Amino acid sequence: MEYTDTELMVTAAAEQLEDDDSVLVGIGVPNLACNLAKRNHAPDLEMIYESGTIGSNPSSLPLSIGDPVLASGATSVESMLNGFSYYLQGGRIDVGFLGGAQVDRYGNINSTVIGDYDDPAVRLPGSGGACEIASNAHRTIIVSPLEERRFPAEVDFVTSPGYLDAETDREDLGLRGGPETVITDKALMGFDDDGEMVVESLHPGVTADEVQASVGWKIQFADDVAQTREPTDDEIRLIREELDPDGVYLD
Amino acid sequence: MAQVTTMASAIDDAVDDGDSLYLAGFTHLIPFAAGHEIIRGEYDDLELIRATPDLVYDQLIAAGCVSKVTFSWAGNPGVGSLRAFRRAVEDGVPNPIELEEYTHYGMVAALHAGAANLPFMPVRTFAGSDLIEHNDAIRTVESPYGDDEIPVVAPINPDVAIVSAQRSDEDGNAHLWGIPGEQKEAALAADTVVCCVEELCPTETIRSDPNRTLFTADAVDYVVREPYGAHPSYAQGYYQRDNDAYIEWEEISKNHEDVLEWLDEWVYGVENRREYLEKLGAKRLLDLEVDSQYATAIDMGDY
Repeated sequence: MEYTDTELMVTAAAEQLEDDDSVLVGIGVPNLACNLAKRNHAPDLEMIYESGTIGSNPSSLPLSIGDPVLASGATSVESMLNGFSYYLQGGRIDVGFLGGAQVDRYGNINSTVIGDYDDPAVRLPGSGGACEIASNAHRTIIVSPLEERRFPAEVDFVTSPGYLDAETDREDLGLRGGPETVITDKALMGFDDDGEMVVESLHPGVTADEVQASVGWKIQFADDVAQTREPTDDEIRLIREELDPDGVYLD
Repeated sequence: MAQVTTMASAIDDAVDDGDSLYLAGFTHLIPFAAGHEIIRGEYDDLELIRATPDLVYDQLIAAGCVSKVTFSWAGNPGVGSLRAFRRAVEDGVPNPIELEEYTHYGMVAALHAGAANLPFMPVRTFAGSDLIEHNDAIRTVESPYGDDEIPVVAPINPDVAIVSAQRSDEDGNAHLWGIPGEQKEAALAADTVVCCVEELCPTETIRSDPNRTLFTADAVDYVVREPYGAHPSYAQGYYQRDNDAYIEWEEISKNHEDVLEWLDEWVYGVENRREYLEKLGAKRLLDLEVDSQYATAIDMGDY
């Protein structure tokens, strides 16, 4: 069956999740990916939202992470203070999803400003919980379209730390985890031992040159670059008919 | 003891030019009615504080009431940018605003420090982030119990917090269910508190379920009963979030003149929340109705 880039990103993201993982879900691709994983291979995935809803089981697609559908039927609803301190900082969140306007070669993310902080060309929303997710989740998954302006060699502003300058040890700064996978519309990337991004698989029909042309540094490729798995008909049907029947996130 | 009063009178008494205000809520129970009353009062030089400034802060900024925003995420939740906020930061329209920027946890930890009378609160966030260089209220200290350095935030104590709940008694003992956000911390950190509720209830109702109480009367100065006071946000169990209004704001807020026109019609053009609701119309409110789904009753025991 024909599929869109977004659908491939959803299935690739779902594949990163394991049964029994607790995951801090974001709106859009992460939300669809978590719900897909839950229906397929990870029925006991625990979905937690930044608004403090624990064990959400949304009966319809939420527009925002604070939607009432995430609170009703949840196993608990916590204050922001409890959610961020006991759950995230306390080490109870396995996986966090992150996005941003810029991601660099070491997985540092900018969601604060494009240009100078005090005189920005574009003022972005800011960290929200992203900096603490990047600092405290056991592993993070970055989701972003692969475009040169989004993947510069160095971000304009580090909102959420990845592997920093690859010299500084995250642990020395008191940081847990780190980015594990970058899910894009052209390829999937991981990180080497030094914390630098490595292309691990190319999506069907995408060339290594196209990927190189979409990032602002000379990107590393794994020795055995694979082809990303295509979504199955069953996955596409689930996404279109049950998870996002109005096509809100599938353009 | 709190005073039960109207929104206009509560805002008039509680808010002065130059105050720092916290209109609390994480998507849920955002005090829009209070925000609109502040715009009608033509206040000046306000510092707006909130982890998640949203449409009501966009409206206050566009109305020219604001000189500073203290925040951690400024956006139209689930939709896109907060455009009036961006115009003020990027282009100084209608006036430049100062920013004091945190992360969500940094922000609620600062409120917690304010509420608990602490000089600072340590947090495991900000390390490795550039945010620490742009906010003097975020620093690092050496742990007195080891050789670790840890980021700390200074307390935040707003002059006025406007908080919402589903119901309270006339003294201001308030019950909230659904997403509580930072309502409790904001109320306990602020000097003056306006509590907006959908319903007033007898004290016996509060006392029948004390675990549901978010804050008690001693925190509250003014109680305002304002049905649908949170529209277009929502009150769990009372009405749905008006998602269309958030999506429409994306269009309206694209330029400053359209926002001013919207304010003329929906804020300056009505006397109070009741007129706003009449203008909104019964059909739109009916569309936001939710079916009931009651929590199982608990047994507190007859002691």
